[in-house]
Amino acid sequence: MKLKLASVAIGALLAASPALADLVFPDLSYRTGPFAAGGIPFSDGYQDYFTLVNERDGGIGGVKARVIECETAYNTEKGVECYEATKGQGALLYQPLSTGITYQLIPKVSADKIPLHTMGYGRTSAANGRVFEWVFNYPANYWDAASVTINYLLDENGGSLEGKKIALLYHNSAYGKEPIPTLEALAQKHGYTLTLIPVDSPGQEQKSQWLQIRRERPDFVVMWGWGVMNQVAVQEAANIRFPMENFIGNWWSGAEHDVTPAGMAANGYKSLNMNRVADYPVFEDIRTHVVAKGKAAGDGSNVGKVLYTRGMYAAMLAVEAAKKAQEIHGTADINAAMMRDGMEALEMTDELMASLGAPGIGPEFGVTCEDHGGSGMGIVQQWNAAEGKWVALTDYIAPDRDVIAPLIEGDSMAFAAENNLSLRCD
Amino acid sequence: MFYREAGDFKTSYREDSQTFPIKFDRYRYYAVLLVALAVVPFFIDSYWANALLVPFLIYAIAAIGLNILTGYCGQVSLGTGGFMAVGAYACYKLMTAFPDVNILLHIIAAGGITAAVGVLFGLPSLRIKGFYLAVATLAAQFFLIWLFNKVPWFYNYSASGQISAPERTVFGIAVTGPHTEAWAKYLVCLLFVAVLAWVARNLTRGSIGRSWMAIRDMDIAAEIIGVNPLKAKLTAFAVSSFYIGIAGALFFAVYLGAVEVGEAFGIQKSFLILFMIIIGGLGSIFGSFAGAAFLVLLPVLLKNVLVGTLGWPTDLAAHIELMIVGALIIVFLIAEPHGLAQLWRIAKEKLRLWPFPH
Repeated sequence: MKLKLASVAIGALLAASPALADLVFPDLSYRTGPFAAGGIPFSDGYQDYFTLVNERDGGIGGVKARVIECETAYNTEKGVECYEATKGQGALLYQPLSTGITYQLIPKVSADKIPLHTMGYGRTSAANGRVFEWVFNYPANYWDAASVTINYLLDENGGSLEGKKIALLYHNSAYGKEPIPTLEALAQKHGYTLTLIPVDSPGQEQKSQWLQIRRERPDFVVMWGWGVMNQVAVQEAANIRFPMENFIGNWWSGAEHDVTPAGMAANGYKSLNMNRVADYPVFEDIRTHVVAKGKAAGDGSNVGKVLYTRGMYAAMLAVEAAKKAQEIHGTADINAAMMRDGMEALEMTDELMASLGAPGIGPEFGVTCEDHGGSGMGIVQQWNAAEGKWVALTDYIAPDRDVIAPLIEGDSMAFAAENNLSLRCD
Repeated sequence: MFYREAGDFKTSYREDSQTFPIKFDRYRYYAVLLVALAVVPFFIDSYWANALLVPFLIYAIAAIGLNILTGYCGQVSLGTGGFMAVGAYACYKLMTAFPDVNILLHIIAAGGITAAVGVLFGLPSLRIKGFYLAVATLAAQFFLIWLFNKVPWFYNYSASGQISAPERTVFGIAVTGPHTEAWAKYLVCLLFVAVLAWVARNLTRGSIGRSWMAIRDMDIAAEIIGVNPLKAKLTAFAVSSFYIGIAGALFFAVYLGAVEVGEAFGIQKSFLILFMIIIGGLGSIFGSFAGAAFLVLLPVLLKNVLVGTLGWPTDLAAHIELMIVGALIIVFLIAEPHGLAQLWRIAKEKLRLWPFPH
């Protein structure tokens, strides 16, 4: 029985082996499980952009991109299986869209020398390129998000948060715990009190947490949620009539599907975003070259949504980094190490974004050997339930790098010491 | 035909009561051990190790552990995930506090710590039974997960609450950390599985195992014939937790390398391992292996066939996979309520008599 299983599995593996000489971008997606609501549009956007580049431009520098999708269900064991299954196929870049899987992969990609891009999630201190050679988290990270939120609240409150009460409602996991050190450091600086309210994964049960919020009456609730947790939190906030304009999610808690279940009651809910949502010309290209030809990863209904845009933006950054790598090394057929060089030399300017058909989709930023973190800027957007769309309230807000930089330095140096890493870029 | 028993005479009690009394079975067992120890390590690649064999071996240890408690001693436990977490965190604290001590000793010590915790949570079993005990162990599951999330000392105050295994070596060869070779991972797990399964087999057929089974079959009768329920139940909890703790330590240090307690050791893990022993067969060492293989290898195999070979979309394949595994569980349990081990036993009986069943 075991032998038979093994031989069938070998057959399956062999059959799945690749034709070489494509640029391979594994997509560790999740279209099942409690986090699928966010995983599906992101993965659709990520894959559709590569398909667009293949269909419209004939690939990246003339070489076709190939996306291998692997279902992780946001589960680390399946994530490991997906990583092992795809890494031998010439994978250039991993993008797991899960902080748990990211922590899993950071040592592995460093040993296997494959770059890992965790855009606005994952391990924040990976922004320090001197320690983390293979990990990138541009254009922004969690600590930036925490600081942008506080800066926005400062702005709203006339420059002072003295004596205010802020509650952090977070997913009780590595993801949700990430912003705590920054929010605590900022609490000391700005004099607000921080209440920590964890929600156990997946987050369908939040009655007691919102009872606590009702009792303690914080001035603001900041949320670090993902998947089904967001929808439940917005609904619960509506149930206790918490003023929605004082409820701010991070950029993983601000998509259409998070607010639509609560209907009109969700009106006024705010969230961060690291990319602007607009009707970019590139979506028209995707509709004609990808969706109309029946090559879309999903059914095409997600085009233009918040997380679809972000997935597409992630793919756009990957494609630009690949182009950069081809330019640096003078070959179209790049490998993972060359891809890393391309990522480290990535320069996103307004002209470049406009030429890609997505003007102003993200902030301008450049990546260097020392800094893998990008500019860290984010916008604040608000849900307009009547029109059913997110409205940007602000331009890009800069984070408080004076507070974040020492935290990143401390955490990454601790990692370097733990793992006996020598520093780069000197 | 398959089993030629002609001429296979036993001349001593020792031979008569050995684990594999039939010669063919015995040679097959040696052959499996030989292949696993001397052939597989030379051919194994990191996909086979990390996606298939290492998780299979680790889950087999956990399943043997739970089988000792539930299958042999009759005490239902839903705390397996929590006990695995104890093993993992004990191993992490020991690894980081005593970096110079051999990692294998840390793993065994982690098993010992888990055994102590298991005995502590096993105390209620002296008063309560059945569903009530299940609820008490469920409380252990939730309490332990909460504890490891809440107290930063357990994760050395890291910002994310994750624990990650630094590199440790045995005879100069890395067995934890990212630079571990596939064969080293596999051999460490195989070593633990082989020794622990052998110990479990011999414990369960000795006097201590018989006292567990007496308690399982009827505790009052067992007490009347002189089995001490306190000793029997608590040793079952201790031995079972020791196994589960070792499984947890290997799961964290060797297999994943970094874990997050709620995600890796949540209630789903307790159920998964309980399902393994129910499908594999309660009160059977072979059943623990069969159940672990069924629930670890089959989903990966299905995924590779559906996505890799047939080219189906990944979400469709993931849903179909759940349905197929679920349906197979029902089919197997209807066909044979005592699990895969019993199916194997019946098949063997038939093969021994074949082709002249009368």
